[in-house]
Amino acid sequence: MAGKKESTFINMVLVLFIVTLVASAALGGLYELTKEPIAAAKLAKKLKAIKEVVPAFDNNPSEEMYSVEMPSGDLLEFYPAKKGDELVGTAVKTYTANGFSGYIWIMVGFKPDGSINNYSVLEHKETPGLGTKMEPWFKTTDPTKASCSIIGKNPGSNNLTVSKDGGEVDAITAATISSRAFLEAVQTAYNEYNKQMEGGSK
Amino acid sequence: MTNKEIFLRGFFKENAVFTLLLGMCPALGVTSSAINGLGMGLATTFVLIMSNIVISLVSSQIPDKVKIPSFIVIIASFVTMVDLIMAGYAPALHEQLGVFIPLIVVNCLVLGRAEAFASKNKLVPSIIDGASMGLGFSMALTMLGAVREFFGAGKMFGITLYSENYGMLIFVLAPGAFIALGYLIAFIDKLRKA
Repeated sequence: MAGKKESTFINMVLVLFIVTLVASAALGGLYELTKEPIAAAKLAKKLKAIKEVVPAFDNNPSEEMYSVEMPSGDLLEFYPAKKGDELVGTAVKTYTANGFSGYIWIMVGFKPDGSINNYSVLEHKETPGLGTKMEPWFKTTDPTKASCSIIGKNPGSNNLTVSKDGGEVDAITAATISSRAFLEAVQTAYNEYNKQMEGGSK
Repeated sequence: MTNKEIFLRGFFKENAVFTLLLGMCPALGVTSSAINGLGMGLATTFVLIMSNIVISLVSSQIPDKVKIPSFIVIIASFVTMVDLIMAGYAPALHEQLGVFIPLIVVNCLVLGRAEAFASKNKLVPSIIDGASMGLGFSMALTMLGAVREFFGAGKMFGITLYSENYGMLIFVLAPGAFIALGYLIAFIDKLRKA
């Protein structure tokens, strides 16, 4: 092996400069290459969530998206789904900061009458095996667990809080905090959705 | 040391997880299922091989006093590459592994091999060392993930073997990782001495 480079000041500066230059050039190049696939993957995920929560549509909800800023600075995003010119539903990307481990992001779909069509959990850090059950739990089709499901209910006329708090939804076993947070996010979405609809703009 | 010896040492005799107890953070953090363990292991293997290659080639040109910073920049670059490529082409796995991918940078296993092996050896032994350490790490993580998934969720690689309701939830949670790892280390130790 060739003689080791001396640790002189000029050698050190030169070596570090070259190392960082090559590294940043390589990363910059790769970033450009992967930018499109990453954006496409994100968009596909969002579109999939929207498709899941609203009835069939033929417009591009992403293009007609509008958002409302909440007091905390986070954005609620509204995706109107239309068939022809008629509004068939609205997917709302909503959140709560009160999950068992921080933020929970949910996509919830409302029919034009305000009842819940379906929902999809986008992002969360809840406890595996407990809080993570919220994805199937609140949309169960099991008739013996009808009081768990929020599908078809209207947050305006139904009291969508957990039964412990006097509401009509059965919380996930051993995950009341996650359940509460989940329902809070749904309620937030509905309140803002309602405001938008009453505003008569859409 | 022959290449075969280097490989066996990295893969089994000095297995990163079971013997050296390096890289414990991802080993305990992501192994809630076998497939997560395998994904994390392979990502680390890629970084190990690539950083070992580059470091064995350039280490003679790097002054001693800036050796560690240079190695970290090289390793961090490869980790970021893995992160970007995964986000673009395997978004589901990327989401599962989450913050643990960027954390490969500070996995002491990678820097440890760069410093202890690659910087003192030639290209081919360094590649073998990186591959064997990485595959040993992958094997350990997959085993740990499989054990936890089997007892915790009643599955193996996502295939349901028995109802989740009978699973021991603790194995999917953090304490289960420690318990499972402890028994695995004891088991492997017994095998090695036999």
